[in-house]
Amino acid sequence: MTAQVTPIRTETERALAERLRAAPALDSGARIAERREAAILAFERNGLPSRRVEAWKYTDLRALMKQAAEPAGVPGEAEHAAARRLPPALDIDGCVTIDIVNGTPQGTGRAIDGVTIRTLAEVAAQKDAVLEHLGAAFEERSDVASGLNLAFLRDGLVIEVAAGRKVETPLHLAFAAIGAQAFATFPRVLVVLGKGAALTLFESHRGSAGIAYQSNAVVEFVLAADAEVDHVRLDCGGDAALSLSTLAAKLGDRTRFESFNLICGPQVARHQIFTGGPGAYINLVLQGATLLRRQQHGDVTLHAIHAAPHGTSRELFKTIVDDEATGVFQGKIVVDAIAQKTDGRMHSAALMLADNAAMNNKPELEIFADDVQCAHGATVGELDQDLLFYAMSRGIARAQAEALLIESFVGEAAEFIANENAREAVMEHVRHWLWERAS
Amino acid sequence: MAAVQETVDQVREIDVDQYKYGFVTDIEMDLAPKGLSEDIVRLIAAKKNEPEWMTEWRLDAYRRWLTMREPTWSRVQHPPINYQELHYYAAPKSMSGPKSLDEVDPELLKTYAKLGIPLKEQEILAGVAPENRVAVDAVFDSVSVVTTFRAELAKAGVIFCPISEAVREYPDLVRKYLGTVVPVSDNYYATLNSAVFTDGSFVYVPPGVRCPMELSTYFRINEQNTGQFERTLIIADKGAYVSYLEGCTAPKRDENQLHAAVVELIALEDAEIKYSTVQNWFPGDSEGKGGIYNFVTKRGDCRGDRSKISWTQVETGSAITWKYPSCILRGDDSSGEFYSIAISNGYQQVDSGTKMVHLGRNTKSKILAKGIAAGKSDSTYRGLVSAHRKARGARNFTNCDSLLIGNQCGAHTIPYLEAKNAAVQFEHEATTSKVSDDQLFYCMQRGLSQEDAIALIVNGFVKEVLQQLPMEFAVEAQKLITISLEGSVG
Repeated sequence: MTAQVTPIRTETERALAERLRAAPALDSGARIAERREAAILAFERNGLPSRRVEAWKYTDLRALMKQAAEPAGVPGEAEHAAARRLPPALDIDGCVTIDIVNGTPQGTGRAIDGVTIRTLAEVAAQKDAVLEHLGAAFEERSDVASGLNLAFLRDGLVIEVAAGRKVETPLHLAFAAIGAQAFATFPRVLVVLGKGAALTLFESHRGSAGIAYQSNAVVEFVLAADAEVDHVRLDCGGDAALSLSTLAAKLGDRTRFESFNLICGPQVARHQIFTGGPGAYINLVLQGATLLRRQQHGDVTLHAIHAAPHGTSRELFKTIVDDEATGVFQGKIVVDAIAQKTDGRMHSAALMLADNAAMNNKPELEIFADDVQCAHGATVGELDQDLLFYAMSRGIARAQAEALLIESFVGEAAEFIANENAREAVMEHVRHWLWERAS
Repeated sequence: MAAVQETVDQVREIDVDQYKYGFVTDIEMDLAPKGLSEDIVRLIAAKKNEPEWMTEWRLDAYRRWLTMREPTWSRVQHPPINYQELHYYAAPKSMSGPKSLDEVDPELLKTYAKLGIPLKEQEILAGVAPENRVAVDAVFDSVSVVTTFRAELAKAGVIFCPISEAVREYPDLVRKYLGTVVPVSDNYYATLNSAVFTDGSFVYVPPGVRCPMELSTYFRINEQNTGQFERTLIIADKGAYVSYLEGCTAPKRDENQLHAAVVELIALEDAEIKYSTVQNWFPGDSEGKGGIYNFVTKRGDCRGDRSKISWTQVETGSAITWKYPSCILRGDDSSGEFYSIAISNGYQQVDSGTKMVHLGRNTKSKILAKGIAAGKSDSTYRGLVSAHRKARGARNFTNCDSLLIGNQCGAHTIPYLEAKNAAVQFEHEATTSKVSDDQLFYCMQRGLSQEDAIALIVNGFVKEVLQQLPMEFAVEAQKLITISLEGSVG
């Protein structure tokens, strides 16, 4: 009964393990090297997660990741030109935009007062002290996606906002994945905010259509006390892409962190959010919408840890599932014993538009403190026939009425995006998706 | 919001050191040698005078069990269980053959009197039938001591007997249904149970019959170093109705004892089964020493159209509770219900919940689960609601709340909702503030203090679960009714 079972490795896993060992390590100090080694060892031991791994129960990466694509090299002029030809996912005036093609940043953008932006390669070469924050917000060893990102790490961005600096100009990181055949990219961004600093950051992801590329991005935030972040992420990756994404935030006292995530594009998408940190009185808002059709698979997994008293967290995620797509929401709020007076609310709502659509919901609570308010809710259902009837009886065509209802359903999650332009851009994507559905 | 004082007091009253049923009955026992092997399985089969097919069934289960591993996914922790250190059969010596109540060892009768279990059939006086009569099957370690009201039940065509007897007397029924809801190799503990189960109840209610009284089984573990592995099989044929009650206690002992039961319910067309449990196994002492490990597999199969299965449980005992009474909603328009109150104190660990598997069209399920954790205990609700491709029109409502008393305990909620077709409606909620401001205002406006108003409203809320319990459990449940869930977390 206690016999050790030797795991059978798939071709992809074997190839990945070989690539891991062959990949050059970014020289960023002993601490990172150690963590990288631990992540590689963990991969060699566990391989890709399958349904038997609880955190990946509904996203069987072993089955979904069909090949170990070769990591993309430094992009050349052809890639840059192709990236420029992609329709923009987010086109907002007044932003400072930095293009990141296949994980390599193209410059560091126009200078913003109080903000220092450097490439990760540059920071690593300087052995800058800011590197201590890299990976501080989470643990790669227990998470295969961010583990692989670290192992294959080549370049990225490090953004620092000086203490007290409230940056008004939004920063837009435009990620593009360009290639003619399957490849893998591992972009990484570290954002460090000083005490009382504030930043609005947009992230958009696009990629070559029809190419089974694999994107595995990690964006991590470290917020000193009283810092504030507004973050909006749009994943409009290529239609054959596998998009893994990890968002992590380490929150100091009285910090505010708001993030909205839109998935509408990749064949397989998994967005992971890890938040935690030492701060009391944190204010956390995580929201998002996932639009799925054909055989797409979209997964939002979040893990919010309340480690100090008086924290507030609000999570609201909407999923639209059409055709034969599969939606996943896994949310977990953890309240440590000392995190008294925590107020946490998590809600996931899914709308099923076709018979063969599937939705898996797992809203979890883990509570060790007795004086808290935590609640979660989850709903799955189809469009309300009464509302549809109401609209149609007033002369609105069925397709239009459906679009109207779906738009307002998603809008509920998007309406809290503070930046009006970003909010409008998100809704524009939703409307475009609905238009494609109707036509 | 923290728990109100009234609730804290109530929960303390049923704390682990207040366990009332911890006495030991001193009686000479017939024990199987310690350990588990094919010989022991054969020995149990021989003790029960079982037919060959049953023995083969057990041996098959035992062989499968050898290839399985203990599950580790639940939120419970315990030192490894040495399955070779247990007696798999223990029966009072005096119970060598079937006897009438007059011949039962007086020591046993005293035990049941102390536990408040009526073993004597109440006489019908002057033609007036007393209300709330209950037929009892009393299981003491590995054997059934007595089953009451059998004659009267037989008049209605209801079969109510120990399962070991059913295997001999009604082999066709047993063979047709045993293991069809919980397959032999369903999980580690169910497989172990299939190999070594000793006694339990068998109920068959024929078509169209409404069982004339409540049926009840009372389980008692007495002997040291034993495990209790009972098996219950309840079949409600077309249009039948039965309500079944289960109670359990065990003496205070320092070592942990294993209880791995399997309960299978089968409801055919238009049938209804109501299954209620008050689980009060010894929870261990205030240091966390001793107590029952309760690894139970309970599952109901709504096999026929329009059938209904309802589970109600009040869980206060056991060092570890690992229990997920489930409903497989196979028939069209069938429905499943799960009502649960789990209270943990001391070092108790509860990982309990339910599964509602919607397979048929227009199936409905409802889940109400309340967990209260105090002391250093951990309480987890783990539930699955799933609708398969063909389960169009499936409908579920889930509400689970937990309450923590003190900051050394933990409460966790792990619900899974899986929908594989669009025409479903699933709602899961775990509300924090169940007391609406309007209701509170209404009560306080009429002169009640805030505390009283909250108690009043919340009691009404908890009663939703408790009113599902049959009257017979009302006394035990009475204390729980006053427990307020104010300040609970979802």
